[in-house]
Amino acid sequence: MVEVPLTSLYQELILEHYRHPRNKGGLANHTVEAHVANPVCGDEVKIQILLDGGRIEEIAFDGQGCSISQASASMMTALVKETERSEAIRLADVFTDMMHDGEDASPDKSLGDLRALQGVSKFPVRIRCALLAFDALRNALGEGLQVDSVGEPDPVGGTVHSDRSEGETTH
Amino acid sequence: MALRAQFPALAQEVGGHPLVYLDNAATSQKPQSVLDALAAYYEDDNANVHRGIHELSRRATTAFEGARVKLAKFIGAPDSAELVWTRGTTEAINLVASSWGMDTLGDGDEILLSSLEHHSNIVPWQLVASRTGARLRYIEMDEQGRLILDYLPELLTDRTRLVAVSHISNALGTVNPIREIADQAKQVGALVLVDGAQAVPHRRVDVQELGCDFYAFSGHKMCGPTGSGGLWARRSLLESMPPYQGGGEMIRMVERDTSTWAEIPHKFEAGTPNIAGAIALGAAADFLDEVGFDAIAEHERELLSYALERLDDMGGITVYGPTDLDERSGVISFTMGDAHPHDISTILDSRGIAIRAGHHCAQLVMQHFGISATARASFYLYNSTDDVDRLIEGLASVKEIFGPA
Repeated sequence: MVEVPLTSLYQELILEHYRHPRNKGGLANHTVEAHVANPVCGDEVKIQILLDGGRIEEIAFDGQGCSISQASASMMTALVKETERSEAIRLADVFTDMMHDGEDASPDKSLGDLRALQGVSKFPVRIRCALLAFDALRNALGEGLQVDSVGEPDPVGGTVHSDRSEGETTH
Repeated sequence: MALRAQFPALAQEVGGHPLVYLDNAATSQKPQSVLDALAAYYEDDNANVHRGIHELSRRATTAFEGARVKLAKFIGAPDSAELVWTRGTTEAINLVASSWGMDTLGDGDEILLSSLEHHSNIVPWQLVASRTGARLRYIEMDEQGRLILDYLPELLTDRTRLVAVSHISNALGTVNPIREIADQAKQVGALVLVDGAQAVPHRRVDVQELGCDFYAFSGHKMCGPTGSGGLWARRSLLESMPPYQGGGEMIRMVERDTSTWAEIPHKFEAGTPNIAGAIALGAAADFLDEVGFDAIAEHERELLSYALERLDDMGGITVYGPTDLDERSGVISFTMGDAHPHDISTILDSRGIAIRAGHHCAQLVMQHFGISATARASFYLYNSTDDVDRLIEGLASVKEIFGPA
């Protein structure tokens, strides 16, 4: 393992979003929503969006999990609020690329606070934490689950979610 | 040779720091003698068992069956034919669920589990219940993660066919009073299955003294190879149960439409088994016997006591599980204010300290405490108080980053 300073992971801006998340809660009026969970660590992000035509008028998230997953969700909602759907998906692509390109690529300015998460790319096991909120965003905007089709928990299979990761079987 | 020095993996550095391995409830490291046993089988004796009329096959079969005798004795089984090799605890429980469960359970029958269980002692029963109409019931735990046995007389009914509980909880370290549970289960004629994955590595297990009917365990948590482990069951049960999988090794005669089965335990061991794994598991049992369970238990208790004391001194840490060390094994599940267990684990990893973060395949335990995850440090015979000190230093660094709870 390469020694990576933790300061690149736990930047003050990330901890600040974790402690004081933006747009946290629910929307009384929303048109789409999605709920994703990482079964390995139990992190969850649920987002609700009020779409007006192709525009994200309102967005809120709720969830639980590590600082990276929750800060990412907070930053993401702040960024895509009041943008066009197509722009939100573009930003999701740019962010995903930043996670996979590592620290060498210069972060795209349009990512705003999310640029602080660039250091996560050096911690491969944590990349999926940063991407969780974007999975929720893509699900809600794209092939996302409509409000009335978000499933009830299935007694054996768990809630409706996208599995990003390998299962765990150890004691 | 010093005990720790016999484990090659422990001698490495991680991220520029000497490795501190505290994820033993997930899997243990392996001593050189186990690694040597694996290599010796492949280098010298590699052959299939029970069928070749040649020297290598004879040697392989002798070593393979010799390991069975060794492990049967290791867990106090009266007869080595009662020990079926499996890939581990999970397969052992699935074997019982698929074979005994599908064969004997019917509509309205009850399986009594506990909310402390690992998913591997829940999901197989959910699967069998959904196919047979059987019903699952649960023994609940108290605020310290101890099973509330006062409820047992109500939970055990004339419909209870099986009680399936862990010997020691992987998530909290709770040691369950198996004998007491088994005695009560017998009164209603229920069988008792014990998930021994966390017990066999750490204490002397005697399946006869426990009074259970099935006992499942894994090799990889007791210094043995992954993919090794076993199921012990009473001879009469194994003889009455239908095969679990079909194939070679498990038959007596095959005709066009029907077959007859081999004697136990081979009836349950279709296909070429994990020969190297079983032989090396025998070496692991020898290793643990040599160190001795009295010494192992005493050492782990000292580490547990020392670690709990240091965590308490540190403050801001919530430890889950029994406070009485007699009711607990060397597992410490904890949370730390705002710092999510995943973040704790990353910060410790950057200092070469391996712990586990998550729900530990025990989501019912997490739900009981109203949390989604814990950080878990778990000890084994090669850990030291230095390892605990390094853990505490690492947690101080977590506090620095996340601030006081």
